Formats: sequence, C-alpha cells, structure tokens
Amino acid sequence: MNEPAHRPFGPDDGPGRIAAADDGAPALEARGLGHRFRKHWALRDCDFRLPAGRICALVGPNGAGKTTLLSLAADLLEPTRGRLRVFGDAPSTPASRGRVAFMGQRKPLYPGFTVAEMLRAGRELNPDWDHATAERLVRQGDISFTAKVGTLSGGQRTRVALALAFGKRPRLLLLDEPMSDLDPLVRHEITAALMSEVAEHGTTVLMSTHMVSEMDQVCDYLLMITGGRVRLAGEVDTILAAHTLLSSRHRETDGPPDLASHIVVSTKTVGEHFSALIRPQGPVTGRWARHEPGLEELLIAYLRAPDSTPLLTASARVEASEEAA
Amino acid sequence: MQFRIDRRSGVTAHMQIVRQTKQAMRMGVLSVGSRLPTAREVVAATAINPNTVHKAYRELEQEGLVESRRGAGTFVVRSLSRPEAAAGSALGEELREWLRGAHAAGLDQDDVSALFTALTEERYGGPTPAPRPERGAPAPVRGVAAPRETNDTQRTSTEDAG
Repeated sequence: MNEPAHRPFGPDDGPGRIAAADDGAPALEARGLGHRFRKHWALRDCDFRLPAGRICALVGPNGAGKTTLLSLAADLLEPTRGRLRVFGDAPSTPASRGRVAFMGQRKPLYPGFTVAEMLRAGRELNPDWDHATAERLVRQGDISFTAKVGTLSGGQRTRVALALAFGKRPRLLLLDEPMSDLDPLVRHEITAALMSEVAEHGTTVLMSTHMVSEMDQVCDYLLMITGGRVRLAGEVDTILAAHTLLSSRHRETDGPPDLASHIVVSTKTVGEHFSALIRPQGPVTGRWARHEPGLEELLIAYLRAPDSTPLLTASARVEASEEAA
Repeated sequence: MQFRIDRRSGVTAHMQIVRQTKQAMRMGVLSVGSRLPTAREVVAATAINPNTVHKAYRELEQEGLVESRRGAGTFVVRSLSRPEAAAGSALGEELREWLRGAHAAGLDQDDVSALFTALTEERYGGPTPAPRPERGAPAPVRGVAAPRETNDTQRTSTEDAG
C-alpha cells in the first residue's frame, strides 16, 4: 500500500502510519509579505502558514493577488516587503527550487516538441527526475508520446504539464487555475490523477481556483485573499465549524440586536426572510434556524463582504514573537 | 470493494466511506482479512482528497473494525455480518411470512416501513437518525458492539478558530 508520507492529523495517528518525513517546517510561511507592482500593492501584510501535507485552495476575486503569491513561492517574483519561506528556506535557494513545482495558467509547454521530448527536457533539467511517475501520468491519459504538444487538447496539455510538475518530485506543487479551461469530465479525470499522485507522494498542494463547488471534496485547507490581504486561512472543517448560518423571518435589515455580540460576516434579506452568516462569540440567543454553512456559501459571503474580520485558525497563524527575528 | 462518493448527498465524503465500509462488512462483501482499497485506489476512482480516505480508515480503526499494517494495507479485523440477519435465516423467513400477511391486508410499502420503524424504535429505543446534512457529524452506529464512536475529529480544534 502506498501510504503517503504526510500525516496532517496530528499525534494521535493510528499504528502503522509512516511518520512525517519533515523537520516540521510548514510548506509555506509568510511574514509581513508584500509585493508591489509600481504603485499597486498586489499583496500586503500577509502573515500565514500552510502546513505540510495539505491540499489548499487559494481563492479570491480576480486581481486579489493569487498569482502573485504563487509566483513569489515559485521564485518568479521577489517580495517587496517581508519574507516567504518554503519548508523553512527562501524560495530562491537551490534547495527550495528543487522542492517546488509550478504550473502556470498558460501551462508553458513547447508546442513544437513531442510529448516524449517534453519529458526528456524535464529529465535533463531536473536532477531528481521521476520518469516513471511522469510517464504514468501521460499514459493514463492515453496520450501518444510521439504527438506534438501543439496538437494536444486542453485536457491533454494539462495532463502533460502535470506530468512535468510531478516528474520534479516536488514537495510543494503550485497550480494556478489548473482546471479553468477544461470540461467537467476532463476536470474529474485530472483531479483524480492529481489526487492519486498526492496520495502516493504526500505532496503539499496550493492551487488557485474559481471552481469552489468542485473543490469541496478535494481541498482540506483554505487560503482566501482579497485586495492583497489574507481573509481566511486554515482547515476547511475548522473554518466551517467556526461559522453559523442563521435565518428567520424578519423585516429589519440591520438584524436583531442579539447579533451584536458576534462577528457578523454578511446579512441578507429576501422578502421577509432574513439570514446572516456569523462567527459566534458565545451562545447564540434568539429564535433562529441554525445551520453550518457549506464551503461555497461561506466563500460567497466573504467575497461579498471583503472588509470582514480575517480568520486564521491556529495552524495557519505565525507567532508574533518570531516576527522580530 | 468500490466506494461511491455522492457529492450532493450532504453527507461528508469521509462519512460515506465509513458507512459504505460497514455496509460491505454487514453484507459480507468484506470479511475478516479483506484488504480495503488503498487511498490511492480510492482517490483515483473518486477524485477526492486522500486525507479524507485516511481519516475514514482511521475512524474505522478506532472502532476496532480494521487494522492498518505498515506497508501492507488496511485490513478488516472484525466481522459485522451475522448469519441470523441474513435474508435466508429463520428470522428472515418469519419476516417474509409476516410481509405476505401485510401485503394481503392491503398495506403498501410506506405503511410497512412506517410500522416497522415505529416498532423498531419501540424495541430498540430512540428515533433512527437520518443522515444529517452537517459536515462530519457522525451518526451513531447501531447494532455494533464496537467501542463508542468518538466525536468527530474534524471539530476538535474549533476553539482555535475564534
């Protein structure tokens, strides 16, 4: 059985599990991270952690800073302020570069190369190249090794790009909108291929996406950025459990006064029906119907209310004490 | 053994795996010594997060139903199938006879289900919980003399989120 080397569940793991191969360093750690393009801050004052072994969705509106963050982690950009660490090292160090694979939105492949030549290039450029994994990913997609990359369909190109990324044996895989141009069937196939490689290698994944509903069963960690700042970071389950969706029949648009003691993310009034997404700060009083929100509901509420108080779970926070170091 | 993950059911994927495994054990599809599919096999077919599979298997392990053996896989170590509960058993035959009577008396399937549910509750106590739509709220397991199901591990660090 191919047990992955990552164990995000903590010390209470059952017997027979392979211990984490890490020194415990998070896959990503940002401290006061900022990046400016001319006068525009694409990212600013970002403090968060992504623990190793997670599959993390990076969400936010267009222009929120998602690609900037991925590019900083992939060492394609340098921070203007603060710092970013990949498994404890700066992205520009050789150790880091060897541990990170990045698949950009345009999936840069050479159209004139055949698939086999593309894989050979990957082997030449990467000392730790895992040819078996790369070939397996291509073969599972029924892609001919002699086909020119320029003639492949969108799904096939994505698969070849994924093969090149996994051939690097990355510990952290960065994916920028990997599925955006694919039809649902191909998305399912690519996701299944991605998940089985993650299961085998224990890879940490950070992927930006707009397909929130499809990420529900895929991602166990969440990083939401709006306006260049971190709004939500942490385990999907923990974040969802920290919220309550209240609804009742009301006419007041401000919401009844008994919500004042809670963090109100968003409210909505449809006819006489009033609903609110809150982070309870104690017992919720009043006659409400209560639900735990779904991931999509939660993200849409936060996207509608970009100024709401950020929420970082314990594992996503960086200690303030180390900040000065 | 193949898991089917229904993304619209409102039941979390990990609960679906737990339930389907137990169901397979009750039906004898999985028996003592059977190997569960590897996380890789499950995610290759279902495109879900492998951590979800590990979490489900760990829950089954905590209930004493399966055992993870390093490098070999996860194996069923207890039986949930009971010969007395099979369709062809003496009890099954009695129920079949009773159903014949119910049918003859003009009861339709919903009538029979309602009556059966009511009398089951009378005998075993408590309403049978329907699958709840919340994430990761495990339904109590009935008819299993396993260690009590622990509270869902998903929620253990909720207090950290405030």
